[in-house]
Amino acid sequence: MSDNTKVWEVFIQSKNVLAHKHVGNLHAPDKEMALQNARDLYTRRNEGSCIWVVKAEHIISSESEDGEAFFDPSNDKIYRHPTFYTMPKGSKYI
Amino acid sequence: MNEQKFQEKIDLERKIEPKDWMPEEYRSHLIRQISQHAHSEIIGMQPEGNWISRAPSLRAKMILLAKVQDEAGHGLYLYSACETLGISREELVQQLHDGKAKYSSIFNYPTLSWADMGAVGWLVDGAAIVNQVSLQRTSYGPYSRGMVKICKEESFHQRQGYEIMAEMAKGTPEQKEMAQDALNRFWWPSIMMFGPQDSDSPRTGNAMKWKIKRQFNDELRQKFIDQTVGQVKVIGLEIPDPDLKWNEERGHYDFGEMNWDEFWSVVNGNGPCNIQRLDHHKKAHSEGEWVRKAARSYSKKQEIINA
Repeated sequence: MSDNTKVWEVFIQSKNVLAHKHVGNLHAPDKEMALQNARDLYTRRNEGSCIWVVKAEHIISSESEDGEAFFDPSNDKIYRHPTFYTMPKGSKYI
Repeated sequence: MNEQKFQEKIDLERKIEPKDWMPEEYRSHLIRQISQHAHSEIIGMQPEGNWISRAPSLRAKMILLAKVQDEAGHGLYLYSACETLGISREELVQQLHDGKAKYSSIFNYPTLSWADMGAVGWLVDGAAIVNQVSLQRTSYGPYSRGMVKICKEESFHQRQGYEIMAEMAKGTPEQKEMAQDALNRFWWPSIMMFGPQDSDSPRTGNAMKWKIKRQFNDELRQKFIDQTVGQVKVIGLEIPDPDLKWNEERGHYDFGEMNWDEFWSVVNGNGPCNIQRLDHHKKAHSEGEWVRKAARSYSKKQEIINA
């Protein structure tokens, strides 16, 4: 009999103002055990105030191979950055 | 073409990620190395687990429990990294049970006294840290990130071991003798943890070219010896090597011949605990089968209820 349990990706929020950050994954048969395993595996030193676990199969990723083409649309739009603009001499607080 | 692009990426110190193209030999080298590393963390729980119930104080017991728990965690980080190369957890465990995958030979030595907990933490974990610090720069992304996480947690292990040795070395004459005895038994196997001398290490070439390994075995071994000699002196013990002496010219310690016949004999199954370590792992695995089975059927039931 196969042991194939599901793989879960683990995200930890280290403090309650910060965003959750991916820390790794683990195997668990259901969501409660996934959470408990995540606590034991990734927060043995008080690393977190909140944990998310997500089934790995539910994560959709872009390919790192064709990263360039995928992100190309934003390459030539430097006017999205504030440094693109020329401000009149002497202007302040802008 | 692919291979050239791959090598360029490596030369630029970019990490290889799971979905990137890689030579089959790179993949199989990594699976072998990472799984051996993972199995070492897991099997390494046994010699220390041996002393949890006999730790000399509540403090020592809590620390040892936390350390063994860390080793389990490190094994799991590494299994995860290895799985990204397209091999399953079940296959990895099976390879261990079939003797196809190895683990660090040092864990085939028994832990005979409490001082051995000191020697293991200080020397065995110490040697592992030197190796793992270097591997933080390995070219495979998931392995590298695993090493960073492990190194952060590992230094408490070495310090707690050294503390045990220091305590015993300044204890009664019997305690000091136990500490020296542990050092005598673990010194040589520890410095052989870095693997064969590079002149005898068949796989070093590709591993360096592909930046799986970042430093040579002999380089890492020398680093470990240089940093440990002073620590031994501080606690008044003696390294069991009459040839150990400072070489002004090299700026390193010279040391004696390592017994590679013993090393290979232990690797090939003839160490004092090889059979015991593997049997224990198989037993724990098969005795846990009903737990895994119950968890799986509970999860299936939940899915039906929630559907």
